[in-house]
Amino acid sequence: MRVRFWGTRGSIGVSLTANDIRDKLAQALVQASGKTFASFEEAHAYATAELDFATTHTFGGHTPCVELEPGGDEYFVCDMGSGARPFGVHVLAKQAKKPATVNIFQSHVHWDHIMGFPFFGPSYVPGTKIRIHGCHEPLEQAFRLQQAAPCFPVEFDQLMASIEFVTLVPGQAYEISGVKVTPHLQLHSGDSYGYRFEKDGKIVVYTTDSEHKLENRQEAESFANFFRNADVVIFDAMYALADAISVKADWGHSSNIVGVELCQMARAKHLVLFHHEPANDDETLSGLLKEAQRFEELTRGDHALEVSAAYDGMEIDL
Amino acid sequence: MDVHDRRYANAMVLQVGGRLDQETCDGFRPQLAGYVDRAARDQCALVLDFGGLEYVSSAGLRCLLVASRQMKAAKGRILVAGMQPMVAEIFAISHFDMLFEVSPTVREALSAVSAEAAAAYPG
Repeated sequence: MRVRFWGTRGSIGVSLTANDIRDKLAQALVQASGKTFASFEEAHAYATAELDFATTHTFGGHTPCVELEPGGDEYFVCDMGSGARPFGVHVLAKQAKKPATVNIFQSHVHWDHIMGFPFFGPSYVPGTKIRIHGCHEPLEQAFRLQQAAPCFPVEFDQLMASIEFVTLVPGQAYEISGVKVTPHLQLHSGDSYGYRFEKDGKIVVYTTDSEHKLENRQEAESFANFFRNADVVIFDAMYALADAISVKADWGHSSNIVGVELCQMARAKHLVLFHHEPANDDETLSGLLKEAQRFEELTRGDHALEVSAAYDGMEIDL
Repeated sequence: MDVHDRRYANAMVLQVGGRLDQETCDGFRPQLAGYVDRAARDQCALVLDFGGLEYVSSAGLRCLLVASRQMKAAKGRILVAGMQPMVAEIFAISHFDMLFEVSPTVREALSAVSAEAAAAYPG
């Protein structure tokens, strides 16, 4: 199974500005001061090995869209944030004019999680089959509304793909094109749902837009069971803990620290911090990642947990 | 958890020992609320002496946040002092050092409260 991140930012898309790129370049030049590079490859190797992520990369700015490749011909993707546009380009290129079958799993229908669908190329290709799975009653209504006049020039009914909405029941396991999928209710304004995907002994949990009330032991145990032994947990870590439980309490999001604790309880193998706060720059996000990694190290028992931060374009092979 | 209080002029020092996590925070939360009430009523600052605190989890930190809010509502003051390195690091990692007044030692916390409280402290 492979996981590919097309959109990792929460709430609203962001982009580096011209000044941001100039500053990163200047930072890299300062760090490389005195060195000479005979070729692009040499400079590239130096940047990869010696410079930190926040200098040479960006976490990216598309809103949530995460592809799973479980094997087989059908596509699996969580959420249709703005990352759905490049994901659609990828699908069209890979299919080489052959219509695709795409299984979409919606955590919920807040705008940052559906805004990419009108720009999802395969939905304009006749013969494409799209199944949009979710647990919310107004799932179809939300997708139709954002394409209704005057918000968008192409009405939902004008899309050429065959689009089906499939309502799932939280807590119930489904076999969908060879993948076991279990949705789980989460705390978020209007509710959200996480998904546990299991195929060939590999487990991926997608759990975003989910707040955790720390004093509720039952809730923590329920999530630990949902994450149990997962190979990868893609976790809403929008804020630092102090923010998540003080000024941003009841905003429906969680923190890097709670992600580590729940994954430790669940004996998950790899925590991926996700749904990054749009106000956080690359350096701040790198800081939150380092803090989560250090917290894991400080609190580690007999089970080590890998901790990463998702970025647009990141791939994880299981 | 071990909890003991001592009074030094206009400061109440609460010594807290053990682990503050999901297992212990249900018992500790009302206990701490009682001390906050008392300190506020007596117009004392509350100094949490964490010298004996071995570990604090996110659930434990939330207990502290609830106490801080309660104290703020009573227009009182709450300080944290003497944390062991690991607990101090968890405070920093979770950005709780931005929510609380933190002092390396109880004496320094008492000095921040008043000269009388620092003078009354034997340690």
